[in-house]
Amino acid sequence: MSVSFCGLELAHPIVNGSGTFDAIAARRAFGEELVRAFPFAAYVSKTITLEPRAGNPPPRLWEASAGLINSIGLPNKGLDGYLEEDLPRLAELCAAAAAALGGCVPLITNVMGASAEEIGRLLDGCEPHEEIAALELNVSCPNVSTGLDIGADPQQLEQVVRAVRPRTRKPLIVKLTPNTADVALCARAAEAGGADAVSLINTLRAAALAPRRALAQARPWLGAGSGGLSGPAIRVVALAQVAAVAESVEIPVVGMGGVRSGADARDLIDVGATLVAVGTESFSDPAAGGRIARELAREPGS
Amino acid sequence: MSVAPFGRRLLEITGIEELGAYVVLRAADEGPRAEPGQFAMIAAADGWGGGERQRPLLPRAFSIARQTHGETHFLLEDVGPGTRRLAELRAGEGLWVTGPLGRGFSPPQDGRRAILVGGGVGIAPLAILQDTLTAPATTVLLGFRDAARAEGAALLDGALLASDDGSVGHHGLVTELLHEELDADPHAAVYACGPAAMLETVRRICAERSLPAELALEAGMACGFGACFGCAVARRGGGYLRVCVDGPVLDAAELDSIDEHAGAPSYPIAGHM
Repeated sequence: MSVSFCGLELAHPIVNGSGTFDAIAARRAFGEELVRAFPFAAYVSKTITLEPRAGNPPPRLWEASAGLINSIGLPNKGLDGYLEEDLPRLAELCAAAAAALGGCVPLITNVMGASAEEIGRLLDGCEPHEEIAALELNVSCPNVSTGLDIGADPQQLEQVVRAVRPRTRKPLIVKLTPNTADVALCARAAEAGGADAVSLINTLRAAALAPRRALAQARPWLGAGSGGLSGPAIRVVALAQVAAVAESVEIPVVGMGGVRSGADARDLIDVGATLVAVGTESFSDPAAGGRIARELAREPGS
Repeated sequence: MSVAPFGRRLLEITGIEELGAYVVLRAADEGPRAEPGQFAMIAAADGWGGGERQRPLLPRAFSIARQTHGETHFLLEDVGPGTRRLAELRAGEGLWVTGPLGRGFSPPQDGRRAILVGGGVGIAPLAILQDTLTAPATTVLLGFRDAARAEGAALLDGALLASDDGSVGHHGLVTELLHEELDADPHAAVYACGPAAMLETVRRICAERSLPAELALEAGMACGFGACFGCAVARRGGGYLRVCVDGPVLDAAELDSIDEHAGAPSYPIAGHM
């Protein structure tokens, strides 16, 4: 089941979606058993921004039909806090997991900025750190000048990727947003700008209303007003978008969205994904990634 | 802090008993001993994720109410699709469990008397706490909405009761009993779990009297092990704490107030975890 991805050799195709598995917190909860049976072939960090972020006001979650709406708001320690506090611990964890696996577990750092300038500074900060094997760029962020999500407009996306591309020699993965008119056009734009890979789908924009008491006015449940939908409900959307993107670009594709089983992962690989990320299913079972990798290995054609 | 086995494990339901308006769910469990206040993420092995409106999907967080004779006990009230499915479980059926998780209660210091204050289904972690406390005297104060819910008090020994409707014990709030206890003997440490409004009153009383208080919080959470960042509560001085990994038991001094969403749910909320 080993697989090559952007020059990295992975033991199997299953990784985590950014922001769905805090490996440091998980190690506190589950101890060294987490390291011995690490569920992912590469580890993707949560999104890191230049400045620290506290995240959105609660409530942050809503269970929808076969899905989960979240509005977490990308809490993180900021670039400096990440590099000083989290990176050494994540690198040590990945190295220990790799030793247990007898291979390597590359660390992919996910970053987000509101302009090419901000993203460039994030890439500069990561560049000297050999422990970071690759970078993933979260472009589901409003552009500081236009207000439009950077990843939602192909032209803007291509400009930003082209501008930041020279700032790193590491593989650069662009995490596409599904909240756009034509995700394949966006994927082509990322490729034209110099991306080494694209990953999709991020969560679909979604909202829920708070329970109404008597004649009270309707108001959003989530503290931030709206959020993003993940889970089994979006798997078929992911299948369509991953297929459309894989047909449109030459670079490798990381597919994700509602994957719960080896058969689900197989579907995304069959339509063109090289790697498959698991997110919401890890919430139900922290060891789900490992189970899905084992199921995938038993799938016909694997 | 007890470390949990990595990954969810399948336990067998050994029994389920009604306790007034509540249900005590028991499962055979060879896993690690929980510290009082720790919790687990639980889900029915069958009929989870395919019900009405395709819910429940995610596991639900429950305090570990008791561990005895190789069994772990959970206390639940049917308030939504997850708790409804759990309340239907029968002996022999499977239960997915991840845990024990989170940080529990710490024992009282300086010879203080432990006062346990519980409200509604939030009494659960106080039962295992009472089982383990060796302090010379422990006072238990429990509040319920009505007589059917007050039957839950059987989970603990020697509780003084309050009820909203006056059907059982003191007609009023359990926090009024707390005032009386503290007036009689203020050398105490307070341990509380219950609805947000109750926790907020306990927090304020203890702050005014400069008493140590530990509050077991509740929050909608998807994972229980720090992955989803969904269970945030505001921290004193800014930022947020994750109830699952920083709590669920928090020192009251870490909080400025109790968010309305951070207590044991007292009414059904569609979509709430």
